[in-house]
Amino acid sequence: MTDDTADRREFLKQVSRTGLALAGASLGAWWLHNRPTAVEATPVTLPRYDVLLGAGDPRLAIAHGTSVDTMVRAAVEALGGMSRFVVRGDTVLIKPNVAFDRPPALASTTHPDILRAVIRLCREAGARVLVADNPINSPEGAFHRSGIKAAAEEEGAVVRYPRPGMFETVRLGGVVLETWPVFYEPLREATKVIGIAPTKDHNLCGASLTMKNWYGLLGGARNLLHQKIDDVIADLASLVRPTLVFLDATRMLMTNGPTGGRLSDVVAGDTIVCGVDQVAVDAYGATRLGRDPQDLGYLRHAQARGLGALRWQSLNPRELTV
Amino acid sequence: MNITKTRLAFQVFFVGLFLFLAFVTAFDRLKGFPVSLFLELDPLVGIGTSLTTHSLYRGLLWALPVVLLTLVLGRVFCGWVCPFGAIHHLIGWLSVRRSSPQQQVEGNRYRRINAFKYYLLVAFGAAALLGTLQIGLLDPIVTFYRSLSTAVWPTVDQATGSIFLRPPAYRLSWVFGSLFGLLLVLNVGWPRFFCRVLCPLGALMGLLGRFAWWRIDRDPAKCTDCDLCLKACEGAADPQSHLRKAECFVCMNCLNDCQYGAISFRFLPSVTREVAHPDLRRRHVLLGALAGVLFYPLSRASGELTKNFDKAVIRPPGSLAEPEFLARCTKCEQCLRVCPTNVLQPTLFEAGLEGFWTPVMNNRMGYCELNCVLCGQVCPTGAIERISLDRKLGLGEYRDRPIKVGTAFFDRGRCLPWAMDTHCVVCEEVCPTSPKAIFTRPVEVVSRNGTTLTLKQPYVDLERCTGCGICEYACPVKDLAGVRVTAIGETRSADRTLLLN
Repeated sequence: MTDDTADRREFLKQVSRTGLALAGASLGAWWLHNRPTAVEATPVTLPRYDVLLGAGDPRLAIAHGTSVDTMVRAAVEALGGMSRFVVRGDTVLIKPNVAFDRPPALASTTHPDILRAVIRLCREAGARVLVADNPINSPEGAFHRSGIKAAAEEEGAVVRYPRPGMFETVRLGGVVLETWPVFYEPLREATKVIGIAPTKDHNLCGASLTMKNWYGLLGGARNLLHQKIDDVIADLASLVRPTLVFLDATRMLMTNGPTGGRLSDVVAGDTIVCGVDQVAVDAYGATRLGRDPQDLGYLRHAQARGLGALRWQSLNPRELTV
Repeated sequence: MNITKTRLAFQVFFVGLFLFLAFVTAFDRLKGFPVSLFLELDPLVGIGTSLTTHSLYRGLLWALPVVLLTLVLGRVFCGWVCPFGAIHHLIGWLSVRRSSPQQQVEGNRYRRINAFKYYLLVAFGAAALLGTLQIGLLDPIVTFYRSLSTAVWPTVDQATGSIFLRPPAYRLSWVFGSLFGLLLVLNVGWPRFFCRVLCPLGALMGLLGRFAWWRIDRDPAKCTDCDLCLKACEGAADPQSHLRKAECFVCMNCLNDCQYGAISFRFLPSVTREVAHPDLRRRHVLLGALAGVLFYPLSRASGELTKNFDKAVIRPPGSLAEPEFLARCTKCEQCLRVCPTNVLQPTLFEAGLEGFWTPVMNNRMGYCELNCVLCGQVCPTGAIERISLDRKLGLGEYRDRPIKVGTAFFDRGRCLPWAMDTHCVVCEEVCPTSPKAIFTRPVEVVSRNGTTLTLKQPYVDLERCTGCGICEYACPVKDLAGVRVTAIGETRSADRTLLLN
């Protein structure tokens, strides 16, 4: 037998190479064994966006008139001016209702004129403005046909479209909703949040006003929430404590809501409401729809949880005609 | 010579234009671009639909200049314009670059199987004469559009996120993608395999091209029989002997490669140096014709157009009645691409053998957006008519006669308020008509634990329901919804209406 087994150098090379492979395989297997798989991300908690007001400060303003821009300015002025709520350097998220692929005249989405007026006030106060919503119909169609995309971009605001990956689990701490996926991307940057809702009849909860408007920030299986709709809408008021809410009652969807579809469903209201108390604004809005606020289950729930004043008159609203 | 560089520039331009048009076929990018332009230029689509409908729809007139050009210059479309051909050309070129010139020459020799595309054309033509359009199965432009829409863009979007706001999903995406990939890969052993062997449009061009006044000509006095003209011959057209006019793509590569100046592109050269007709065996032509002719009665005999129509064949709004639809639909899937909600999906055999790969709605994946008529805008052949919004919604001169694509039916065993003592009616909330086509009746039930509930139980208003499917889409019982749309009641079919009026 010839003696051609490996010399010392070759021996060391082979032993170390194979030895490394043995060690690598064993270490790798040991490290992987029973490694816990990805845990659920911890839910995010939204900050409060409301501004501290004094006991005597106005909290609710109702402006009547025909010029949207004039009414919006007058209502905000009656609450102390936009600079009371939005300061230089703020990033304001304006959340309009862009749920449906409808033209503005059908009153099922926020009218672009009131969006323009509010964006202008925020920019005059020195803030950067984002506009976002998670529509029920296709986002491209809804943002385009409602006029919201054009209005927002013309006034210098940035529109954020919902895309997969822009949603995070957020803690609501509500009665029905402990946590829920929320369109978080625009909220990540926001220091102030303003809601602008149309005044609409709703087939299930009776009225779609400023509290229901936050539904448009939800993701996930929103179609399950109708099983406990009144509690869920009240939960929304604890999800978002907004800086301001606006209720557009210049024209109101009286029947066939929340989608509408005929001009005959729409009635002129010539009113814009602005306030810091969503419950009070909604209660006033309900009366304009010809409903008693006490008849709306979600308002009763919200009132019972101390989320606002159902008796809106008790806030001494500033009512003016311009 | 510069002519091949010019040809290459044209190919690059048309591929770029094609990809651009396919990319902008989406709601927010569409603007006024003629996104179905290449389908309109495609003479196989124009001639095919002329055979099935005895008419030439709108933009399909664009096929005429292409036909005229081919009659005069030969198959310049294949060599200079066809974007699918250009991709095959590219892959073939990449794969033979490291082969020897002799190997390249052998790869471009004419083979008898290249005649197969003519037999396919004959079969498609015979079927079209009887009224069924099947060219879309293998037409190059249709195949390229379809593959991009259903397979390529979704794949690119998964990698880069740059195509879609919300990525769509397409049934059979893997089939379209695999077929596309297979056809491209076949170029590796066999340059321009699809173009030479399978392409029915190429076959049509070949039949037209034999009348051409200009063609590639070989001067026997200068020719040394070196066969180098075959080295890059795209069409496998035998420029080294008698040029096969019906196979030549006019790519001009032979002009470039001949080192003796024997190859030229001439006006009316001698007919003794050409083979004008494609090389066909009569027996095979008859077989092809027979296959095409038999296709029609065999597929109609299965009854999917009449007695056994499938409830799932819910066609896009504006679609013609089924026989006329099948005479026009090229299966290009432009409607799938432009649909903003992803509701349109290709069929397998639900619409019968003829309806293979034609579009139907799947309301689990989307719904028909009320204010949208995009599908008809991009349909190149009018299988889906270019309807106005007034026509779709039943407004203006069409008052109270909206287009219905089907009807919704409640499944009372699955609907939550009907079967499970649970509040819901998302369906009514999202129903877009005014007045809504879903209404409720309150019912008091005593639940299992003794509490009294007042439930709203939903009903369909048959007169108002248009079959848009948003109710089915929004229903929380997602796997088999508590309200489902089926095709009955569609206004496009006289024999599938439901209500008397």
